[in-house]
Amino acid sequence: MSGGPETSRAMPFRTPLKRARGLGSGKSGTSHFWYQRVTAVVLAPLAIWFVATLVSLVGADLETARAIIARPWNTIIFAVFLVTMFWHAKLGLQIVIEDYVHQRWLEITAHFLNHFLCGLGAIASLYAIARIAFAS
Amino acid sequence: MANRERPLSPFMLGQTYRFQLTSFMSILHRITGVALALGGISLVWWLMSIAIGGEAYEFASRQWASPLGLAFLFGFTLALVYHLLNGIRHLLWDMGWGFELPKVYASGYAVFVLGTLITALIWFFGMRSAA
Repeated sequence: MSGGPETSRAMPFRTPLKRARGLGSGKSGTSHFWYQRVTAVVLAPLAIWFVATLVSLVGADLETARAIIARPWNTIIFAVFLVTMFWHAKLGLQIVIEDYVHQRWLEITAHFLNHFLCGLGAIASLYAIARIAFAS
Repeated sequence: MANRERPLSPFMLGQTYRFQLTSFMSILHRITGVALALGGISLVWWLMSIAIGGEAYEFASRQWASPLGLAFLFGFTLALVYHLLNGIRHLLWDMGWGFELPKVYASGYAVFVLGTLITALIWFFGMRSAA
């Protein structure tokens, strides 16, 4: 709806600084916003597959659980799902920390723990999935 | 950093404002997101128990089947289904669909109705798989 005569009359009061230069003052542009959406779009169908697989594993013994996770497509989807999930979680938790934690030292600690634990979660998941897949 | 206490607008939920489905669902999206991230740790623990096998898997299986484990799983299912459905709603908004107020409310109620149905379905199949 912009670009009408009102807008053009108001133009002289605006300076070019209303536009962000380069990646803007945050120096990251829209990458956080964008990757939150990309991971969400990837997670939506994978979450359905993941939950369906978990439901089929209810009450399963160890051999069955290993055999099902070790199926090629299940292995790949588990790996992609868990890495994307921890990536998405890291992005979301980062926003929650930025919005609600106002003590600086606590905020830095929370950001550090968020990065570290989400990275650890992703790596540990990959390790466990690889061991299950390659052992059987 | 602000060097002086400045007046802030009141929090969106509570005594100041009338209850709104929109703000309630927004904060619930964050709460379920944080809950799922914390619950994600238990997923890693479960995968590790399968990788290690033996007593570790027996122990993990007993924990999931305990009343506390089942309550946790039920909460996890609710949070996941809500966050997934409301997340799809957010993605549709990002694409410019359904941003008119009547549609925002309609999709909001749809999330709760569908979410209840899907959670019930997941648990129906889960129980059948256990039996």
